[in-house]
Amino acid sequence: MIRLQNIEKVYRTETVETLALNSISLDVPKGEFLSIMGPSGCGKSTLLNIMGLLDAPSKGGIQIDAQATGNLSDKQLAQFRNQKIGFIFQSYHLINDLKVLDNVELPLLYRSSTAKERKQLATEVLEKVGLSNRVKHFPTQLSGGQKQRVAIARAIVGRPEIILADEPTGNLDSAMGNEIMEILINLNRQEGTTIVMVTHDEQMARKTHRLVRLFDGSQVQ
Amino acid sequence: MFKNYFKIAIAVLRRRKFFTFISLFGISLTLTIVIVLASFIDHLVSAGYPDTQRDRELYVNSLRLMSSKQGYSNTGPASFYFLNTYVSKLKTPERMAIGSIYVATNTYVNNKKLVINLKYTNDEYWNVLSYYFLEGKAFNNTQLVNGEKVAVISEETRDNYFGKGVSAAGKYLETDNVQYRVIGVVKNVPVTRVFAYGDIYVPYTLSKSDLNNKQLTGMYTAILQAKDKDDLPKIREEYNQMISRMPKTDKEFDLIYSYADTYLESFTRMMPFSSPGNSGITIFYAIIAIFFLLFLLLPTLNLVNINISRIMERSSEIGVRKAFGASSKTLVYQFITENLILTFIGCLVGIVLSFLIIQVINNSDLISHADLKINLNVLFYSLLATLIFGLLSGVYPAWRMSRMQVVHALKAQ
Ligand SMILES: Nc1ncnc2c1ncn2[C@@H]1O[C@H](COP(=O)(O)OP(=O)(O)OP(=O)(O)O)[C@@H](O)[C@H]1O
Ligand SMILES: [Mg+2]
Repeated sequence: MIRLQNIEKVYRTETVETLALNSISLDVPKGEFLSIMGPSGCGKSTLLNIMGLLDAPSKGGIQIDAQATGNLSDKQLAQFRNQKIGFIFQSYHLINDLKVLDNVELPLLYRSSTAKERKQLATEVLEKVGLSNRVKHFPTQLSGGQKQRVAIARAIVGRPEIILADEPTGNLDSAMGNEIMEILINLNRQEGTTIVMVTHDEQMARKTHRLVRLFDGSQVQ
Repeated sequence: MFKNYFKIAIAVLRRRKFFTFISLFGISLTLTIVIVLASFIDHLVSAGYPDTQRDRELYVNSLRLMSSKQGYSNTGPASFYFLNTYVSKLKTPERMAIGSIYVATNTYVNNKKLVINLKYTNDEYWNVLSYYFLEGKAFNNTQLVNGEKVAVISEETRDNYFGKGVSAAGKYLETDNVQYRVIGVVKNVPVTRVFAYGDIYVPYTLSKSDLNNKQLTGMYTAILQAKDKDDLPKIREEYNQMISRMPKTDKEFDLIYSYADTYLESFTRMMPFSSPGNSGITIFYAIIAIFFLLFLLLPTLNLVNINISRIMERSSEIGVRKAFGASSKTLVYQFITENLILTFIGCLVGIVLSFLIIQVINNSDLISHADLKINLNVLFYSLLATLIFGLLSGVYPAWRMSRMQVVHALKAQ
């Protein structure tokens, strides 16, 4: 489903040059639940962003669904992300100006859909993550766990084949974290969604199919 | 899609009250000033009561005598002698209104002094200008030639002299120790319409000193009315011919400059940036345009600044939208829509505000009898200004925002 070939990412600032990823090659088959671990600053987020086409690698190629992505235009990339990928972030990244329901509808805004369809789909997924009674709230009125569930609802509302989650449980206590993990596992089992998750938690990682360890930008396992 | 931009825009503007307030305040204040200024300029320049036929009229506002040897000059209104002897002989104009600049006269009502501005006119004056007569009528040629002491007075003068709303036709009014029989009362004229403004209008034949003066400069102005506005170039041509053929009787001043000008030209002609042969109207327009541009530039830059900081504040939102499928172009549209809605609301507030201010000006003594209004011209230019304002202040920040890297945008929180 996702194929990375010799990915290299160099960050250049005025003073230093950081090699954030060093020749990473990785194959994520369809339906796999993969976790990525490693010490802080080793390049996990960078790798995930590159997989999600949010950032371009300095070298190497990415294929998603057997399609090379190197030459896509801004508009095509946007469409690709919209159709194929759902993101979940550690700090939720909900839009505080919008209500929960409007936050969840967001990915559907960028494809052809009617307001009615959007509302229905969003309501459905909010039910799935157990938040049907919070649709009219604003994000600031929710707890961390609730926010992350809204974020999951937003990530899955467009039925993407891939979910990329960057420390989705990083800001939550273990009970909340387990709940989120349950949702992801079910999603993977029932819908066959391919999931790549960055985590610091060995226990979480153990619940996934495969674990990849990074160290200083290189894959060590 | 547009409906969504709209919905998002409204949601954002409502949630960010402080920002919305600051922006709206800036926009509506600027637009209010622009609209009021524009309507003031429109009031000064466009045809209006009682001078409603400006598009087929030329004005003789001033005359310049110059000494080619000494280099000094003498500029001022023309004399009655000049207008009567030379200008009135022109063939192309259909009519010619002659009026003096107004002179202040004193009268007493119930032992209280009242200053009345008196204007001498010819009889055609009343045909060229469309005064609205509340009662009576203007003097005719016979009355003019016979030097009858008759007068047309303004509504305000009637109210002050005879009492509010009291009929004045046939009654006598005395000012500067001359008694005039009132034969007509006209609606008030704004003081800014200098060719037509006056408190009392009397036949020029009553001004003995003006009639006997053989100098070229004096205190009279003229309006040349053509049958059709296509005749105006011909009138100018004929006027210039007439000036060039005038006998040079004056030993001191051997050069005579005078023009039949459009209304605005007749004033720019007196500005320091005009010169013989160049009415200065182009420079005048340029000055006005530059003034408005600079005036709009400052708040625009300000708004650009506010918008940029607002966008930086919302970088997480931008990152999220991009991550979930918004292209840069879509985001640019969204932000421009937000900005246009904002400017548009600001414009509505501005129009209401300026409407109120214009009412206040009209009802105050700031400009007596002012009749400023927001007409279609003014509205059109104000809307144009808004559009420019909205685009200028929205496009650049939106462009910067759209170029922001997603990863960067998401990090900046
Ligand atoms: N925009 C950037 N400019 C310069 N250097 C960057 C940038 N983003 C990341 N880096 C560097 O690249 C390296 C990898 O960063 P990354 O965010 O991928 O680490 P991480 O493994 O996700 O860490 P953490 O577990 O703390 O989230 C780090 O050394 C970081 O300083
Ligand atoms: Mg990270």
